[in-house]
Order: sequence, then C-alpha cells, then structure tokens
Amino acid sequence: MHPFHTFPRKMALILTAVALAALGALGGCSKPAPDASVRVGDLPVDIAFAKKLQEQLLDAKPGSVIEIPAGHYHLDRGLSLRVNGVTVRGAGMEETILSFRDQVAGPEGLLAQASDFTIENLTIEDTKGDALKINSGENIVIRGVRVRWTDGPKTTNGAYGLYPVKTKNVLIENSQSFGAADAGIYVGQSKNVVVRGCRAEQNVAGIEIENTIDADVHDNVATGNTGGILVFNMPNLSQPGHSTRVFHNRVDANNLGNFGAKGTAVSSVPAGSGVVVNSNSLVEIFDNDITANVTANVIISSYFSTGYFNTKGVQPGYDPYPRGIYVHDNRFSGGGDSPDGMDLKVLKTAMFGLNGHFPDVLWDGYVDAARANVAEERLCVDATASGVLNADGPGKYKSPHLVSEALRCKLAPLSPVTLTAPVAASAATV
Amino acid sequence: MHPRSLLGPVACLLAVLASCARAPAPVTFVADGKPEHLSDWHLLDVAGGRLVPNAGVLPYDLVTPLFSDYAHKLRTVWMPAGQSAKYSADKAFEFPVGTILSKTFYYPRAGASDAVLKTYDPEPGSPAAGLDLSRVRLVETRLLVRRADGWTVLPYVWNADQSEAQLERTGDEKTLDLVDAQGRQKFTYVVPNENQCASCHVTNLKSGEFTPLGPKARNLNRTLAYTDGSENQIARWVRAGFLTGVPAGELPRAADWRDVQQPIAERARTYLDVNCAHCHQAGGTASNTSLRLDALGPADWSLGLCKPSVAAGKGTGDRIHDIVPGKPDESILPFRLASTEGGVMMPELGRSTVHQEGVQLIRDWIASMPGHCQDAPLKD
Repeated sequence: MHPFHTFPRKMALILTAVALAALGALGGCSKPAPDASVRVGDLPVDIAFAKKLQEQLLDAKPGSVIEIPAGHYHLDRGLSLRVNGVTVRGAGMEETILSFRDQVAGPEGLLAQASDFTIENLTIEDTKGDALKINSGENIVIRGVRVRWTDGPKTTNGAYGLYPVKTKNVLIENSQSFGAADAGIYVGQSKNVVVRGCRAEQNVAGIEIENTIDADVHDNVATGNTGGILVFNMPNLSQPGHSTRVFHNRVDANNLGNFGAKGTAVSSVPAGSGVVVNSNSLVEIFDNDITANVTANVIISSYFSTGYFNTKGVQPGYDPYPRGIYVHDNRFSGGGDSPDGMDLKVLKTAMFGLNGHFPDVLWDGYVDAARANVAEERLCVDATASGVLNADGPGKYKSPHLVSEALRCKLAPLSPVTLTAPVAASAATV
Repeated sequence: MHPRSLLGPVACLLAVLASCARAPAPVTFVADGKPEHLSDWHLLDVAGGRLVPNAGVLPYDLVTPLFSDYAHKLRTVWMPAGQSAKYSADKAFEFPVGTILSKTFYYPRAGASDAVLKTYDPEPGSPAAGLDLSRVRLVETRLLVRRADGWTVLPYVWNADQSEAQLERTGDEKTLDLVDAQGRQKFTYVVPNENQCASCHVTNLKSGEFTPLGPKARNLNRTLAYTDGSENQIARWVRAGFLTGVPAGELPRAADWRDVQQPIAERARTYLDVNCAHCHQAGGTASNTSLRLDALGPADWSLGLCKPSVAAGKGTGDRIHDIVPGKPDESILPFRLASTEGGVMMPELGRSTVHQEGVQLIRDWIASMPGHCQDAPLKD
C-alpha cells in the first residue's frame, strides 16, 4: 500500500480549482484574437510550393541544405523528413513563414525522424498539432525558429511548439514559442540538451524539460505563460530525468490563466508559477531574475500533488519525489501575492494576510521518509529567496508552515552540459 | 437514357475487345527508380470492364483490416518465379527480393454519381473476380516493392476515367461524398506521402527498417473465395509457391473484429493491434507515450488501464486516464478514436472520418471491463 495515496485528490482539487479560477480571473492576460478581417474564408493553399518542399524533404541526402525563400506560405498537410544530415533553412523568422491554418492532415507542421538535423530561420504557425516535432535522433539544432498560434492562447491550439523527444545532443537557441496549449519549448526523454536565448510567451508551460538527463536552460525569457520554466518527471516513460540547470533566465509574470486540457500534466500548474520542479532530481536554479509570478516565483512539488497518481496506472518503481533541488543566488521580486485557486488564496490570506504574499518558494512538502536524511537529496534554498512555505501536502494541508531557515543548506553545483560535435561546432560558428 | 450510363457498356466492350486482341504483358519487377505509372508494373489488368490481378498475381484479404475512411481494398501479392517468403508466426513474413505487394483503395459508387457508398458489402468487387470499373470509384493503389536495398513504397493515384494511376510521391487529396442510409458526409480523403507511409511501416524507430504490416500469419489465416474455389489463404500461398516454412498444426489466427461470436476483448485487442500498434508498440514511433496497443502486450497500465496521459495535449478531451474500466465516457482512447480534429484524433494519419463501428467496439470493450482506477482509501 502506498502511504500517500489518499492525498492527491485534495491537491488535485486545489489545482483544478486553480486552473478554473485563473481562467476567469486572468482571462484579461490572454491576447485578443487578431482582427477577423485579416483572415476571411479559406486561404489559398500553395500547392506547388508544398509539393516541391515535401519532394525536397523526400529526396534529401545527408548534407542536403533545403533553403526556403522568404514568403508567407499556406500549407494544408504536415511536412515530414526521415533522412539524416539535413538542414532546413528559411530566410529569417520574419521572412519565411509556413502557415498550417485549416490543416487537413499532419497533424504536425514538420515531423522529423532524423539525426544530424538542423532547422533554422523560419516561422511555423497555426498547426493543428505540434508545430515542430523531432522524434528520436541525435545532434539536433533548432535555431532562430519561431512557432506560434496566431489566435493567441486557446485550448484547441497544438500541444507543443518546439518538441524534440527521445533525442540526444540537442541545441535550441534564439527560438520562440507563442500560444502552445501544452508547452512552448518542450524537451522530453532526451539527453544532453541546451536551451538558450529563447523566448516563450502565452503558452501553458513556457519551457519544459521532462524526463531528460543533463539539460542547461539559460539566458531565456519566459513571460506571460501559465508557468514559466518547468522541470518535470512523469511516470511510465523511457527514462527518469535528472541534472538540469536553470540559470540566468528572466522568468517574469507568468500569470496567464491555465488553458491546458484537463488530464495533461501542465493543466495542474497554477497560473502565476515562475519555475516549477515536479518529481525531478538534481535541479539547480540560480542567477535568474524571477519576478511577479503571482502564485509563487518557485514551486517544488511531487507527482502526488498533480492528482494523477494511482497505483494501477503508474509503473511500479516510479519516483514521485523531487530530490536534490538547489535554489540559490537568484534575484526575486514581487510574486506570491495573488495565488491561483480558492484553496491557495485561502492559505495565503490565512498565513500572510489580505495584502501579504507567499514567500518566493512554495513547496508541497512531500518527502521520501526513508531517505529524508540523505544530504544530497535535500531541498536547499538560500537567503536570496524571501523564504519557503511547506504547504503540508502529506498532512492534507492542515499544518502549512515556513521552513526557510531549515532549508538553508548547500548542494554541490551541477556540471555544465557539454554539447558534442557536430552540434558543438555548429553552435561555435554562430 | 442518361449519356453516362451508355458510356459504361461501351467502355466495357472496348476493354473486352482490347483484352482479346492481346494477352497482358507479364508482371514487371522494376529493380530501381520510381516508375511514373502503375501500368508500368503490369500488376493489375483491365479485362471485361473489370480491374483484375494479372496472371500469377494472387489476391489476398485480411481477417481484420486497417480502417481507412471506409475504403475497400483489393490486396495482391506477387513474387518472381522460384522465389518464396519465409513464414513467421508473429511478424510479417520475410519476403524475397522482387516481391510486389499492392493495395488498391476503392469505393462502391452510389449509383451513377461520383458519390461513394459507406458499406461493408464487398460488391461490386471481390479479391478474386476483381473490381467492376463501372460500379467502383478507384482512389489510389499503393505498392510495396522489395528491392535489393529494402522495401520501397510507391503511392499511385487513379485518374478520373480510371484508366491509369500516376505516381504521387508527396501524396494527394480527394474530396469524397460518402453516402449511406443515414445520409451523406463530405470529407477529404488524404493520400499519404512516402514519408507518411514509412511512419506506419517503420515499426521500430531504432532499426528504421521498413516492413509490410498486413501479411502476417494470424491476419492471413482465413478462407478466401478464389476463382477456382475457396481455400485457406496460407495453404494457397504455400501451394502457389509463395510461402515456405509453415509449421504443421494449428496456426495463429487473429480475431475478426466484426464477428460478434468472438470474445469482445480479443476483437478489441485485434482492432487496436491492426489500427494502432504499428506506432504503439515497444520501440515504435509512439513509444514516447509508453502506450502499447499490440495484441501481444500485457493488459496493464501500458495498455492504457488507468494510465495518465503523457503528451496528449487537447487529445485528453479533459479526461485523466487512457482507459477507465467500465467507463468509456471517462476514457481518452475512445475520445480520440471518435475525433477527426488534427492533434486530437487517433490514428493521426490515414483517416479523415470516424470509424463508428470501431469506436463502438472499443467503447463496448471498455464498458465490459471490471474494476476502477481509484486506490482504496487509507484509514486516517
């Protein structure tokens, strides 16, 4: 029997309520739909262009560079690539725009199942499903790619923007995502990953690193999402993730109402979350500007708090505890003053008053009792954060209390991610 | 009389005369390149107003087929003289270089119009007797050709007068009017591009190896009405010299998804196996979701039982678990099968309509399951 299995319902309620309340309260944050006159009726599909581009993708050989000239092209079927060693290059993210509005098949914009793949300098917009999915492959570079849903945040938007999954040696840089209904920039079940210089806005999750080993997320801007930067470990997947560094990012005002479909992991994220760690291990969060995220600037939580845990549906051996989380040397301001959902609002008001706010770090308090004394597996938060609130999830939220002093420990810094050739060489030339 | 109905018999007559005037050229295995026309292969022949398999080309059918927008399918196999496939109990047979598998997608016409019928009645076509060209609408013929360097896929799209099919490597779209007793629906039939063919036929991401999906022992193990009488297909393949290494005794047989006499769990698992498992199997394209829908997988969380979604996005339909025993309305699986919206619908390729009967089967199966997803409450 699992000792915690009655508790997730409670947090699930909190988080569901959170999402619903936020949709109402924070609806004003979402971008209004563009002027309807811009898009009336069916856009003509650039059939010849689409056919030629897909032909180039079919005929590509290792070393091929497929250049897409400047232009706003309308395609109604997803593109796909299965050849290693190919570069797809536009004339710039403002110049080369591939629109998949009213797409009839795909469901992705571009699906690549290939290694040694580089895509750069273009925009993919309004796909029914994921905008750019890279399913398995090594040495992946995504540079200067913008993905967006032009109607603004909507539950019916595609789930992921930039979406490498089961990949190795991955660089995503100077790229952008707007409006993804799950995560804008999402790296899943991968190894050796760098996400830098990117911007994520109006997504449910801005940047999400999930079940990934060795990731550096730095010099990005995550703003106006439901949650800014997420580091998650979900059950049943090919590998548990660990060792992610989140540093020198700006994580500001991620207060957008959660518009993710219920049942997705990110739908459990309260609006107003800055950096969120869920069930992941060895995460170092430092040198960031984390500001004005109204639920909390940092949230450390367990899968038990998502409400999705059940013993039948979760693979035995899954580790739902965050372990070895180190939050230090960040610059915080604002935030925690208007948490999402009735329960959190009540908690905040009860403890800190109507005009008060949560401390910078909100922790659900789940600890693996058997390993509570293992120093390397602790949660450590330094004094650059205003404090840590243990919400007492395991105690059904009956005894929330500040634990700021008790967590002033230090953990060994994580090693930087080293991209290997040929991604390293590609990165060096920029 | 409507002019169109006059044309039919004339076309038939011409075809008959043509076929009397010459014997069809033998099947041509093209060892490399991409022939522009289906007729370059001489696999199918027009005779007496019918599209029929050429001499030496064996039609076959499956116990439980993949759903493709209610299209009917004429499948054929051909191998060079003296060559045969090697039997496998659970995988696709190992086919020799030179093998040509074909699948012609067609619909019975609704009268003389271009609208097509939604029906399970195989008329006016049959695997052995071919297709009555005046009464069917041909859409596409896909070839899988086993060459020295592996399988090549070639999608051919039929022209309007059904005299030739042209290679369309990047796929195509056809707007079809699908009619049945309940009414009509217009939909976009999508011919996949070569890569999209591979996204089902490459069942293992790591090996990247292309494989046929249909011709497996368990799905071929049924009787077919050939022109010279009915016979078990595997026995016929052996007799035709197309198959060796078949063991004596009982061979595996897939459940027929439409046969209500068979256990619902077996019908449902077979349906999922045929329609989903090319991606949803260990090592498959969808293995990032950890959802395994092959008939041989365990009936636990990996089959979706009480399993929280991983990367479904809006595809959850606001549901938490892939399958909630006894609760089809709370399960993600039938929700995605019942959708035609990109990013929601499953399978994500190869259909634009909902397979109502297939969805009903999966719903009935889930409804028949005992149990629930709740953990027993702990005592305080």
